[in-house]
Amino acid sequence: MLSADFVIATAVGYVGLLFVLAFFGDRRARANKKSFLHSPAVYTLSISVYCTSWTFYGAVGNAAHSGLEFLTIYLGPTLVFVGWWFLLRRLVRISHNQRITSLADLLSSRFGKSNRLAVLVTCIAVIGIAPYIALQLKAVTSSIQAVAGSSEFGQGSLAGIDDVGLAFGIAAAMALFTILFGTRHVDAKEQHHGVVAAIAFEAVVKLGALLAVGIFVVYAGGGLEPIFRRAAELGVKAPTENTFNDRWLTTLVLSVAAIVCLPRQFQVTVVENSDESHLRVAGWAFPAYMLLMSLFILPIAVFGLSVMPAGSNPDMFALTLPMFYGQSPLALLAFIGGFSSATSMIILESIALSIMVSNHIVMPLVLRFSSSQPSADGQGVSRLLLVARRFSIILILSLGFFYFFFTRDSNALAPIGLISFTAIAQFFPAVLAALFWRDASLKGATSAIAAGFVIWVWCSFLPSFESVSPQVAMLVQHGPWGIAWLRPEALFGLDRLDPLSHAAFWSLTINVLTLTVVSLLTRQSALERIQSTLFVDVFRHGSTPQGNFVRGSATANDLFFVAERVLGDRRAAALFESAARESGVDPDRLEPSSEFIGRLERELAGSIGAASAHVMLSKVVTGSDVSLEEVMQMADETQQVIEYSQQLEKTSAELRSTARKLEDANTQLRELDSQKDEFLSQVSHEVRTPMTSIRSFSEILLDPQGIDDTQRQHFVSTIHQESLRLTRLLDEILDLSALERGERSWDNVPVDAEAALDRALRVCDALLRQRNMQVELGERASATMVEGDADRLCQVFINLVSNAVKYNDSSKPVLRVTSMVRSGSFSVEIADNGPGIPKSERTLIFEKFSRGKQGASDQSGAGLGLAISRQIIARMNGTLELVPGPLSGACFRVRLPVVR
Amino acid sequence: MAIDILIAEDEPSILESLDFILRRAGWTISAVTDGDAVLDAVRRLRPRLVVLDVMLPKRSGFDVLKQIRANLELQAMPVLILTAKGQQADRRTAEELGANGFVTKPYANADVVGAVRALLGDDGGTA
Repeated sequence: MLSADFVIATAVGYVGLLFVLAFFGDRRARANKKSFLHSPAVYTLSISVYCTSWTFYGAVGNAAHSGLEFLTIYLGPTLVFVGWWFLLRRLVRISHNQRITSLADLLSSRFGKSNRLAVLVTCIAVIGIAPYIALQLKAVTSSIQAVAGSSEFGQGSLAGIDDVGLAFGIAAAMALFTILFGTRHVDAKEQHHGVVAAIAFEAVVKLGALLAVGIFVVYAGGGLEPIFRRAAELGVKAPTENTFNDRWLTTLVLSVAAIVCLPRQFQVTVVENSDESHLRVAGWAFPAYMLLMSLFILPIAVFGLSVMPAGSNPDMFALTLPMFYGQSPLALLAFIGGFSSATSMIILESIALSIMVSNHIVMPLVLRFSSSQPSADGQGVSRLLLVARRFSIILILSLGFFYFFFTRDSNALAPIGLISFTAIAQFFPAVLAALFWRDASLKGATSAIAAGFVIWVWCSFLPSFESVSPQVAMLVQHGPWGIAWLRPEALFGLDRLDPLSHAAFWSLTINVLTLTVVSLLTRQSALERIQSTLFVDVFRHGSTPQGNFVRGSATANDLFFVAERVLGDRRAAALFESAARESGVDPDRLEPSSEFIGRLERELAGSIGAASAHVMLSKVVTGSDVSLEEVMQMADETQQVIEYSQQLEKTSAELRSTARKLEDANTQLRELDSQKDEFLSQVSHEVRTPMTSIRSFSEILLDPQGIDDTQRQHFVSTIHQESLRLTRLLDEILDLSALERGERSWDNVPVDAEAALDRALRVCDALLRQRNMQVELGERASATMVEGDADRLCQVFINLVSNAVKYNDSSKPVLRVTSMVRSGSFSVEIADNGPGIPKSERTLIFEKFSRGKQGASDQSGAGLGLAISRQIIARMNGTLELVPGPLSGACFRVRLPVVR
Repeated sequence: MAIDILIAEDEPSILESLDFILRRAGWTISAVTDGDAVLDAVRRLRPRLVVLDVMLPKRSGFDVLKQIRANLELQAMPVLILTAKGQQADRRTAEELGANGFVTKPYANADVVGAVRALLGDDGGTA
């Protein structure tokens, strides 16, 4: 049996050791950036501040009651750390970029640097953590009582001091210790290397102690299997049967939220993180640590249940079992382990909360009510901060103590911790939205957190006073004014869930709904949009954007924002980039020097006048009470002018485009004009040739000397023929011109295409015979009806056949005609064994006035035949093409759709 | 066998009229109907003058004129250009290529005879 004095002396001595550790750890870490204190191992160990006396004592009690349920508290953090890549990495990167000092700072920064939100978060955190601190006080109190042997069962007194007095003493000692520890100086990054070193040491101590107790239990019980067998024999309710019920899910969700949102976890995981890569190690090492911590929990619980007298507090098994077996040193070690867990939690939690209180509540108040600007005297500010923090620590521990005081009759440790978890979990939806949802708005986050908090107070915080206040008990039983559906543990008639799941379900559901709906309904301010981009796209830009939270000096970000509004994006970016180049830093890391601000002011003055530029910049630079929004408003007026000039620019761009279109149209007209010239010149050529003959022979006949009658007859007949040729030419030109305009001098009616082909061959018979042309008739279709005009179709066939004859210079001229019906179209191919059409002319031959250059023995045509034929076939919805033929010469194919 | 005039013209009726009026004026005539045949006929027949149509099949009159002027033997040969496209552009081209005379279709018979007479410097076979 250990004396109370000895136990307390040991505890004080242990705290003294911690203090020495913290002191030298701090020095060492400052002196040497590469010290092992910056190692991932120390980082991971400090994260294990998650395992408090709740783990050390409460998990055993929980295991005794509910079996493996205690594991869920560690499963959530395991998931978060194993998946560090998704959430923690982003959180750490953003917090480093933005110099985030706490969870309240994170949310406030993301949602438009709103101080109101920071105050809300801070208040909720302080209130929500109170039960958690009370839990630690209770655990330490109980453990001192247990180990000092004054009373094991129920309440008792310690040398005349009751547990309240003891708890008060512990709270006061803790407050003193934390103040000595954590508020020795103010660090810009709010990092506490000494404290972290002490926490890491404590992590080793508590793990060692719990493992030692576990090994002892296994040894005393003769091995794991006998422990469980004996428990079963004794009829101890074996808590190993576990059900995955709603509590499982609830505690899992709450623990996921807690590992991120608990102020102390945010402090060690995010703020104290000195190197992002440490997360990689912590990602497996922290889950491993928790696994070791929980390894012997179940054996200790089962063994305790089977050997300890009935009515023993299972929460204290880790302590009372060694004492039961008379192992005082081990009991003392266990006590130190539990004490370690409690102190590390209290110290870090109150440091983290005090930072929030001083930064987000005290400082803004001081700045508001002190008429003078925060002076250049930085000492004054940091002294003020330290004082504020010290009072915050006292306040936080007092709240914890009062909660302990009012709820001291409740027995188990675990439920108290979960009340805090539920409160802290209200931040989680907003944190997730801050990191991943671009459209989440300040109003959404604020109302969501507030709504969740109200539900928590009603459903979780209030009922925890049930055992000490009859009014609260009444309320829980019957609801306010007897309204049953407002009962705190059966809200809206939902009474199937246990109180914890019930509170978590309603608070988180309403929280998430509010966040989503309000965010969708509200607009983000300019600053919110900027911050949301910086948060959500933190990995997109690669390098770290600027972010300087020191008051009284502008960040490059803020300056850029103003400059961009006035100068436009491109000019502002160019200005900042050149400044960054001159000072040799990355544009993102540009620290605005006074020269740079001067230059910026001159640039702004060029746009908005010197006075406005000065007012605008000095407001941003000195960070006085004028909000950024007001400055933006000034900038917006300038923006309107810029927009007006942009409109002008747009109008002149339209004019330019119109001018370009006109130019195009003109070019087209010119082209048409030159085509017309070309046509006229062709026509004049075609007309002049017969005209020349007619004129010349007429003159010959006018001077009839030396002309006999035969000659006269011949000349007159030539004149006649040339006149006919002229007439024909004019007809053809008019015909083609009409066809080209899309006109048609006939109606398309069903005609027999085969008959038209036969008729054409008959007409050409004389010509063919005259040239001794052999006609091969290939495959022929039967009578086929097509839409068209029989005479015009015949004209086309005649043109094709006569071309084949005219241009054929072979000694054995052959003409081959085939026709067929294939897939609904009738086609005729007219081929010859003439010289064919050279590649260079193949596209030209269908043009007006284009005549084959080769071997035309008869050049009487005007070169309009094929052009006209093609137009005629086109007006009958068919095609006339030059295709590779069966003979050596050209082959023309006419294709027409068959009428059904 | 030397002749007076070689006519290069593809339109049969125009060729007939030229042949008639120039013969009647007393010159001896020979004719070709495409551009490729001109040079060969000039070498073979040794005419004193070539009447050259611009729009000839196979090889244009301008091409033929260029060939004649490029040939040392033939470059002094007087050439009278005939064209239906009585445009300024064609006339300039003909002058640049070294044509000695230029007659536009439809022509007056007297103009053709006059131009030939001017180039040959005589009154034809009858003179």
